[in-house]
Amino acid sequence: MQSIALVVGTLFGSLINLNHPGNYIHWGFIQMSYSNLLVIILMVIVFFAAILIPFKTHKNKGADR
Amino acid sequence: MTITDPKISSNGQSDLSKSADLPEDADQWTAKIRHVAVEALPPQRLLPDRQPAYVASWIYVFGVTTVAALGVVIATGLVLSIMGPNWWHVSSTGLFVNSLHMWSVEVFFFAMVIHLWGKFFMAAWRGRRRATWITGVISFLVSVGAAFTGYLSQQNFDSQWISTQAKDGINSTGAGAIFNVTNFGQMIMWHIVLLPLVVVALVGIHVLMVRLRGVVPPFAAKGETPGADMAGADSDGATSGAEVPA
Ligand code: HEM
Repeated sequence: MQSIALVVGTLFGSLINLNHPGNYIHWGFIQMSYSNLLVIILMVIVFFAAILIPFKTHKNKGADR
Repeated sequence: MTITDPKISSNGQSDLSKSADLPEDADQWTAKIRHVAVEALPPQRLLPDRQPAYVASWIYVFGVTTVAALGVVIATGLVLSIMGPNWWHVSSTGLFVNSLHMWSVEVFFFAMVIHLWGKFFMAAWRGRRRATWITGVISFLVSVGAAFTGYLSQQNFDSQWISTQAKDGINSTGAGAIFNVTNFGQMIMWHIVLLPLVVVALVGIHVLMVRLRGVVPPFAAKGETPGADMAGADSDGATSGAEVPA
């Protein structure tokens, strides 16, 4: 378990270096970390994806399908 | 007199409809509550097999995604409570379950926000669905409190920083006299007992309200009669009684 944690930690650690103080954007009185901004952008993308991507349904189950 | 189990029909198979044959005392409070409950939410309405055609969209999946994430939050939280802080701070399995707890909270809020955007743009409070919206709003606010007290329960520099920053804000409202964010015992009790109970109760009411009212129909397209496709419902799909739109 310890070694798995080490391997996974090293892999992700090499991808994104989090070993420093957070980066912040400053828009006037709005201050936000880049990670929070990223989450908001992802939510907007998923929201539009949910509306636009067709939803497969069971066929021929009833008149309303 | 022979006593038979009315739920078991002659061919030995259980028959739910026959449970109505059980003796009943109509003037007892048990009977009165049962009648009101079954009339409002008969089993087929409580756990239906089909939904209206317009529900076939990914945007309707985010409510149940939020419920599922909440389930993982609670299950992992229970494991953390069983094993205790020495486990979740030190052992790699403990750290893993701690991370599951934290990341399922991320999924919970992520899905909840998309859910509420979806409901906002379809004005899903139409047709006597006000209570559904309001219980959603309160769930959101209480969940923020649950997450906040969770961050205070981390026992690290992060939680010390958050509590010392938050105490000034909360003291300025006067609430600090009874809600002391630097009191670790009080915060962890709010986090693992009080707020989870409230969130689960609110979500329960919220989902029951959705079953009670049925899923809100979309706005009519231009030139279409609103709600023309919905038997027994007004333009906002407010059904009055037993029938669920097919
Ligand atoms: C604890 C968080 C929440 C959970 C677990 C939850 C769960 C659900 C579920 C399972 C449904 C039915 C399926 C669906 O349409 O997605 C639903 C419907 C609904 N939710 Fe939520 N919800 C939450 C928060 C919210 C919030 C924050 C709002 C808005 C402020 C909201 C507003 C609504 C409304 C208006 C409906 C009814 C839609 C209709 O009648 O068609 N919910 N919710």
